[in-house]
Amino acid sequence: MAALTELTLAEAKEGLAKGEFSSKEITETYIAAIESARDLNAFVSETPERALADAEASDKRRAVGEAGALDGLPIAIKDLFCTKGVKSTASSHMLEEFVPPYESTVTSQMVDAGMVMLGKTNLDEFAMGSSNETSYFGPVVNPWKRKSDDQPLVPGGSSGGSAAAVAARLCLAATGTDTGGSIRQPASFCGIVGMKPTYGRCSRWGIVAFASSLDQAGPMARTVQDAAILLQSMVGFDPKDTTSAELPVPDFQAVLGQDIKGMKIGIPSEYRIEGTDPEILALWDQGIKWLQDAGAEAVEVSLARTKYALPAYYIIAPAEASSNLARYDGMRYGLRVDGETLADVYENTRGEGFGSEVRRRILMGTYVLSVGYYDAYYIKAQKVRKLIADEFSAAFEQVDAILTPTVPSAAFAHGEKSDDLLGMYLNDVMTVPASLAGLPGISVPAGLSSDGLPLGLQLITKAFDEETLFRVASVLEQSAGFTARPDGGA
Amino acid sequence: MSVDKSTVARIATLARIKVPEEDIDALADELSKIVGWVEQLDEVDTEGVAPMASTAEGTVLRQRDDVVSDGDRRDDVLSNAPDTDKGYFAVPKVIE
Amino acid sequence: MTEKNLIKGQTGDWEVVIGLEVHAQVIAKAKLFSGADTSFGAEPNEQVSLVDAAMPGMLPVINKKALEQAVRTGLGIKAQINRFSVFDRKNYFYPDLPQGYQISQFSDPIVGEGEIIIDMEDGESRTVGITRIHLEQDAGKSVHDMDPRSTYVDLNRSGVTLMEIVSEPDLRSADEAAAYLTKLRAILRYLGTCDGNMEQGSMRCDANISVRKPGGDLGTRCEIKNVNSIRFAAQAIEYEARRQIEVIEGGGTIDQETRLFDANKGVTRSMRSKEEAHDYRYFPDPDLLPVNLSEEFVEEIRASLPELPDEKKDRFVAEFGLSAYDADVLVAERAIAEYFEEAADGQDAKTVANWVTSDLFGYLNKEGLEITDSPVAAKQLGALVGLISDSTISGRIARDVFAEMCASGKDPADIVEEKGLKQVSDSGELEGIVDEVIAKGAAQVEQYKSGNEKIIGWFVGQVMQATKGRANPQMVNEILRKKLAG
Ligand SMILES: [Mg+2]
Ligand SMILES: [Zn+2]
Repeated sequence: MAALTELTLAEAKEGLAKGEFSSKEITETYIAAIESARDLNAFVSETPERALADAEASDKRRAVGEAGALDGLPIAIKDLFCTKGVKSTASSHMLEEFVPPYESTVTSQMVDAGMVMLGKTNLDEFAMGSSNETSYFGPVVNPWKRKSDDQPLVPGGSSGGSAAAVAARLCLAATGTDTGGSIRQPASFCGIVGMKPTYGRCSRWGIVAFASSLDQAGPMARTVQDAAILLQSMVGFDPKDTTSAELPVPDFQAVLGQDIKGMKIGIPSEYRIEGTDPEILALWDQGIKWLQDAGAEAVEVSLARTKYALPAYYIIAPAEASSNLARYDGMRYGLRVDGETLADVYENTRGEGFGSEVRRRILMGTYVLSVGYYDAYYIKAQKVRKLIADEFSAAFEQVDAILTPTVPSAAFAHGEKSDDLLGMYLNDVMTVPASLAGLPGISVPAGLSSDGLPLGLQLITKAFDEETLFRVASVLEQSAGFTARPDGGA
Repeated sequence: MSVDKSTVARIATLARIKVPEEDIDALADELSKIVGWVEQLDEVDTEGVAPMASTAEGTVLRQRDDVVSDGDRRDDVLSNAPDTDKGYFAVPKVIE
Repeated sequence: MTEKNLIKGQTGDWEVVIGLEVHAQVIAKAKLFSGADTSFGAEPNEQVSLVDAAMPGMLPVINKKALEQAVRTGLGIKAQINRFSVFDRKNYFYPDLPQGYQISQFSDPIVGEGEIIIDMEDGESRTVGITRIHLEQDAGKSVHDMDPRSTYVDLNRSGVTLMEIVSEPDLRSADEAAAYLTKLRAILRYLGTCDGNMEQGSMRCDANISVRKPGGDLGTRCEIKNVNSIRFAAQAIEYEARRQIEVIEGGGTIDQETRLFDANKGVTRSMRSKEEAHDYRYFPDPDLLPVNLSEEFVEEIRASLPELPDEKKDRFVAEFGLSAYDADVLVAERAIAEYFEEAADGQDAKTVANWVTSDLFGYLNKEGLEITDSPVAAKQLGALVGLISDSTISGRIARDVFAEMCASGKDPADIVEEKGLKQVSDSGELEGIVDEVIAKGAAQVEQYKSGNEKIIGWFVGQVMQATKGRANPQMVNEILRKKLAG
């Protein structure tokens, strides 16, 4: 039998069910893997004792035939999810010591399903970033290396710790959150599957908010099937989140392996964005061909306002964030930095507690909401958002799914884009439009760059049609046959 | 539109974030760059378009029944506080 | 506008222009966006949910009751109900504002324009426009005097539902403002949407005040914040109007500012101008969807509205023949009006009204009781009036019976029975007593015969004394006149 860390989530689930190994055994293997990969800095908090306790409890449940959907499976949680009794930091100095007395809805459902929690993964501070370099706890190292040099690469962000941990076999799967691409972009950079469900599929309750109208939790895994299994336990109506959808949840795995003959796949030429790596455009063409070969029809669709999605996002997300992060004021929890007056305490706390990117976005958000700018920026951006959502709706009158690249480039080196603010923002240019429209999207690893780095393709479907998304993704995955490994193996 | 130093200082105060004097220039530059960039939205004709605050907007706002179902958990509420006394949060003195 | 509302200054008459913003705590068991208890008087931070403390990742879910109460209030002031409304965030920092923003309604409030009719002491009525009513969260409470270095924060109030009721600048004097607040409070209590308890902070008022020459352009206004009684509101307005006139007449100008009323000194003073220009950066709360009220929802509430003071007053005048003044007094509180109607059922309503407004109120006031705590039940008071009407007892005896009812809570008939207070209306018995009195009072008989008709009072007194007040006064009078004339 292969090393336990080589199994997919589905395989491990089966192995546990057949009694080939215990949860304790696979959990111990993962704990050891995490310890030996600390140089990746993928975890903010490792929770080996908790994991072992979870595993032992799981083995007991299984012995009496009470195993849940994730029972005994070692999984990592992005440190944006509040986990009861376990530090939940959002990778910020502000929440460095914060221990929530509550559990997020998504993780509590996973606990109920029997998961083993290995720890909390690193992220860009408050999920603001695309490289995981804004974390207060230091950057995450992408387990992949370029052929051309030995420089440490970024894993993408903001769910960079989760992506790196999944790619490096430090967990079977992990949770992420995606506001403008924070699951899909790191998935592409790390050669894994990352899926953002429809806005409203997963409860936001207990997840540290970045931009409330955009934030969605989702799975990060090594296969499409694994993502479907994990998502199944994450989703569902939650009365504690008014924006959570009160809809029946389909069986996401049921559609895997179904063919896509006769399906229409939209190809928006506007995603041929200037500056995109030609290798990625070539991979996109290849992806179209794969789907055609599988019997789908490629249809040109127009998403004319695509280029305006990113600037609209960089108004809306900071505006919401500037308000969402006002609660971090040093009064009731979190960091407090003293000062002479109350005003000083506020300013010192928030000045020191937030890193530079978070401060910048709060200031940007404050600016666009302030008197005299609200209509010109915030309202304007919301109108553009409406147009973008309408374009998607129109496209989905014609097609079942849309195929695009996930990111315009492969992973870059630490520090490489630090001085290029707008260049960094461009990482999300292909993921943000679906976020603004609240649509589900998935990044599937589809090939390697000539420099040996993974590249993903993105699929998007209409709202609450995750079944079609998984169905097409599964076909794409099979066609791509991506088996490359971060350590160069296959 | 460029964001000048006094604007940076004003919004920093509004946001209660201390910005050291020596950082203001750089921040003004960065914010000007971002603001200039987002202004490309002016190219989009949005005449008559209804602003969209949320993609969930079409659905009905769910309402709770008026029952007491929470509270009575002072220890939880205070458990992460930097300073507490007699069941209160203690915060820096407010001078009215 | 009436002349008497003008304030005399050195340069002539001045008119005061007042608009009021009332924050009324909505009656509901749980908070606006969390399931925490709203009752008054708990230990600090005992009624705080994770939502109210704004812990990371917490989300608001609206209490249906809050929407109902706002709509009920809107319907009660004949206002437009906005079927579409939006919750916005009002962003500012304060230690008792956990989220760093207050969820409120800015551009699209739940209730639009309405009106309130105020009744002045002189019997005149005026209509005051209501601009809007919106829902919002209350903040927590800061306690500044428990520790020399720290302010203590209690979040029990954090998230409690408030209605902000904003009037047009239609009020022209402190008296009108007081009448407005009194009427508004009555309506809210009738509707059961706010208990109007100002000592507990259930109703607080911000007053916007400016002065101008009659008919001139509006002056610069000052806002007096958080006045917590109707009397203080009137005092604050009176003081502030005169202060502004003095400033202007002294050649100065009014700064638009926020002021506080110092109830001890009876003055308003400028709040330290620590605050930078307000910029609340309102925007729609992305955690909440817009509110869409169905027609059925609104109509169901409309159908359940109680009769309100104005309609009740009109009915009392028409149905019972009460004076406008008495009707006003009786409808001021729903509980009083209900007491009155129950007592008046089957009785002479005007007599009942008199008993309620004089004897009963006198007793309750003296004892510091609310009408709901009255030892005399409405039915019992009605029965007492019935005993007078059917001549079982006289009005005079009735006062004694009433006193006994207050003390013991007994039924009036029982008291009359036990104490033998039944009126003597037996003409034979009365004639005998009258004869005795006439026999005793030869001198008085002489006076009567020589034209001093008033002396008859002496005879009546004697008869009453002899009967311990139980003699039917009308009969005594008749018999006396007949016998004295004979
Ligand atoms: Mg106000
Ligand atoms: Zn208010």
